[in-house]
Amino acid sequence: MEQLAPLIAATLAAGTPLLLAAMGLLINERAGVLNLGAEGIMLMAAVAGFAGGYHSGSMLAGLAMAALVGAITALVFGVLAVGLATNQYATGLAVALGGAGLSAFFGLPYVGKSVPFNTTFEVPWLADLPFVGVAFFKLHPLVYFALLLTAATAWFLARTHAGLVLRAVGESPESAYAIGFPVRTIRLAAVAWGGACCGLAGAYLSLVYTPLWVEGMVAGRGWIALALTTFATWRPWRIVLGAYLFGSVTMVQFALQSEGVDIASQLLAMLPYLATIVVLALISRNPAFIRINMPASLGKTFHP
Amino acid sequence: MPRLEPRAEASQAMRFAAPLVALLVTAGITACLMFGFGRDPVDGMRVFFVVPLESARGLAEIGLKMTPLLLCALGLALCYRANIWNIGAEGQLLAGSIAATGMALSIGPGNSHVAGLLVVIAGAAGGALWAGLTALLRDRWNANEILVSLMLTYVAQLMVLYLVNGPWRDPAGMNFPVTRMFDAAASVGAIVPPYRLNWGFVVALVAAAFGWVFLFRSRIGYRLQVSGNAPLAARFAGFSEREGIWVSLLICGTLAGLAGAFEVAGPLGQLTAQVSTGYGFAAIIVAWLGRLTPLGCVLASFVMSLIVIGGELSQSRLGLPGAITMVLQGVLLLALLSADTFVNYRIRWR
Amino acid sequence: MFSKRGVIFAAIAAAGLVGLAACGKKEEPVKPAVKAETPKPAPLKIAFAYVGPVGDGGWTFAHDNGRKAAIKEFGDRIQTSFVENVPESADAERVIRDMASQGNKLVFGTTFGYMEPMLKVAGEFKEVRFEHATGFKSADNMRAYDVRAYEGAYVAGVIAGKMTKSNTLGFVASIPIPEVVRNINAFTLGAQSVNPKVKTKVVWVNKWFDPGKEAEAATALINGGADILLQNTDSSAVLQTAEKMGKYAFGWDSDMTAYGPKAHLASSIINWGPYYKKAIKDVLDGTWTVEANWWGMKQGAIDVVSISDVVPAEVKKLAEDKKAEIREGKFSIWTGPLTDNTGKQVLAKDTTGDDKFVASIMFFVKGVEGKVPSGK
Repeated sequence: MEQLAPLIAATLAAGTPLLLAAMGLLINERAGVLNLGAEGIMLMAAVAGFAGGYHSGSMLAGLAMAALVGAITALVFGVLAVGLATNQYATGLAVALGGAGLSAFFGLPYVGKSVPFNTTFEVPWLADLPFVGVAFFKLHPLVYFALLLTAATAWFLARTHAGLVLRAVGESPESAYAIGFPVRTIRLAAVAWGGACCGLAGAYLSLVYTPLWVEGMVAGRGWIALALTTFATWRPWRIVLGAYLFGSVTMVQFALQSEGVDIASQLLAMLPYLATIVVLALISRNPAFIRINMPASLGKTFHP
Repeated sequence: MPRLEPRAEASQAMRFAAPLVALLVTAGITACLMFGFGRDPVDGMRVFFVVPLESARGLAEIGLKMTPLLLCALGLALCYRANIWNIGAEGQLLAGSIAATGMALSIGPGNSHVAGLLVVIAGAAGGALWAGLTALLRDRWNANEILVSLMLTYVAQLMVLYLVNGPWRDPAGMNFPVTRMFDAAASVGAIVPPYRLNWGFVVALVAAAFGWVFLFRSRIGYRLQVSGNAPLAARFAGFSEREGIWVSLLICGTLAGLAGAFEVAGPLGQLTAQVSTGYGFAAIIVAWLGRLTPLGCVLASFVMSLIVIGGELSQSRLGLPGAITMVLQGVLLLALLSADTFVNYRIRWR
Repeated sequence: MFSKRGVIFAAIAAAGLVGLAACGKKEEPVKPAVKAETPKPAPLKIAFAYVGPVGDGGWTFAHDNGRKAAIKEFGDRIQTSFVENVPESADAERVIRDMASQGNKLVFGTTFGYMEPMLKVAGEFKEVRFEHATGFKSADNMRAYDVRAYEGAYVAGVIAGKMTKSNTLGFVASIPIPEVVRNINAFTLGAQSVNPKVKTKVVWVNKWFDPGKEAEAATALINGGADILLQNTDSSAVLQTAEKMGKYAFGWDSDMTAYGPKAHLASSIINWGPYYKKAIKDVLDGTWTVEANWWGMKQGAIDVVSISDVVPAEVKKLAEDKKAEIREGKFSIWTGPLTDNTGKQVLAKDTTGDDKFVASIMFFVKGVEGKVPSGK
């Protein structure tokens, strides 16, 4: 019990970058655009956020910078995939690759530098509660922001007119266009939003989680975030579940190791990936269920 | 605002011009980067695109680098044509290298030809098995193949780590995470010693030729592509989606597994923690650069290898940072994809 | 959509481009890299093959600092180049052979995985000297070098043993190779030398380099009761995590004070500069011979620096004394009786482990929890 509270806190902290990025990619994909460039976008934003924070001395400025650079990088993808109707899969991969390379270029001056931010926070009063205080109320504001973002996304998709239009564009761009919606503009906006969220996720890594910049520091989290949207069958709250599940399995395998469990660490480290596969297979068993939720035009190019 | 207008007929001129434009754009950006770093662009371009091809050794090295890229890209091109989004060729390659190593370590120094052949066959089987897992999960439980193939790649990477650190660690290797070197009999020989280019390259080229026949001249290849491009039409015609899943993934796994076997039994001669340097991921780009055609994959894997080796040379000769390789690969793909748009569309300003 | 002719055309275009670049070369002769007007002897060409990016802030970063230190020392008598991100795959042999064929007279390879490729290339280029980091094989023109990072881990352990309140230390480990296992043991032995009750928990991240995972591993250790951490991974994430969670930790490879001013107890640093200077001087003076160079505190390759002010003066003195003893060769860490954590005696009383023993340590000493992954 004594160890459970910090384990929960660690899970929430570990799941947050995945949650932030996946929530943006969800909007992206609900509009019918699959952006496989998430990893590259997160890397670009991570270095931009770090640079912003380093030069301005303000974490907020760093986060804003990261969101901006994330959106711009995503728009490079958007202009090609939406504007020029290039293959989304291939374009996304190119952005993933290019982003990894460019961030390494831009990041060279920041290796070995540190930012002077305080990354520990407490929610007043609530943090002093036994158990729940440690488990839930001593986390960085971005952790709570990610949950707010989820609520906002869920509300936006389900309850607003704009959300309805966005989903219509993802379901059938042809019909949406025929009704008179600017399909490509909407898709570009969705891509930019997805990039901004990926940007925040990248900055969470380089400014909050481990405040430093090193080449390749996103280390595959962009891919996991992409996987989460599918895993969650494009539902916002299921993404929360998926992100924290992934975070918790990661933390649990480390906790098992620290307790000296006699299983090779490499095999334990497979757990998060295997768990993802198993859960995915379980929820996908019913094909109709997936098909209902999957944006019908996902990954397909649209031209008016 | 400019808008794209579909052409009534795909433009032949653009079809020819697109790759040229893409290459020119990439070359232009290379030159700009060189200039930005204060190097002579002409000299820089020479290091990138000419020096690697100047010697027989250089050509052999390009061929060696091409082999895994080409094998994986061929399989992936087939998958993508069948609308199966396998991005886990890397994992399938690793599974192949694991299986090949298992075979190589278990057979004694016997008859050379059989031993080497067994190792390669084991590799192919290992890759096919790993891809088969993805196919099974997709077919049986409808699990998304992008996700499953990617997760299985991570699992395969950890499996390699486990094996080289544990059961297969070389007892004479001072506890470093490598297996013992394979016997000569269990290795894939070089075509022209002392150059490292091995028979895997020939296999890859033959596979490309077969791939062309399979895709464009065989009924089953045709069926796969129809079921990929127009699943509904395919269903009406009685073509099975399941066939597409299994055939494309198994072929891709086999080819990627071969690539893994040729790495461990070829230039490496042992299984190490870093068998692959992301060949399976780079091959996705190769497949698209090659426009999902076997011949295109041959050329694209050549260009990609040239960029990798050119990138190394530009570091040691010109002192440029290593990230230039990734940037150029990304730019090349983006440029080709954008240029390809104008094969089927034209821009109207209004 | 996918035309064969288009593809063939692409090939022609590629060939044309290559031709263009080649023509450009003929018209405009390439300027020689070294200016001809200097009558001095041509500089010694030296190449470095790095396993990671120079921007990793850890292992490769430290090697590149060593290279820069050598440039400072020898100025224009040497000319260095490097290739970063050379994987320990089939690519390594190509890069190293190219270095040798480009007139480099001294080639450094900075990771274990280059051993076989370097041996092979060394056989082909007899006039080139090869220096291989952390390996164990040599040839007529190839020798191994390494640093005794465990000396730093031991001194860090002395500080940790005095500073711990929970008597539980945590170690974030990367890949289970002997070097890492050795450092875990040295850290524990150092702590036990001042506090016999200490035990060490170990978590493996199976990567050299993933700040997020390193942070998560550190969190797990702290949650498990560890209050002082050391890591054998490349980033400062472990120290930063300790800072966040109000525990102590050490810097590794380089001075990491700035990353966690409150949590930082000291940094165990590697300084490759002295060795690179020696190796280059050997070649310049013609005194290069095949020998094993395993450098530690004595030669200035390892040091424990920036001991924090939260460390009481007497503990600081204890650490400094230990450093002095190691430096002067008065003290050996690997002295019997030494038992592993299954209770088996590995060194009898009053025997000292020689370098061969130290190089092949693949067990945990008493006090370390768990098993070496796959250790038999």
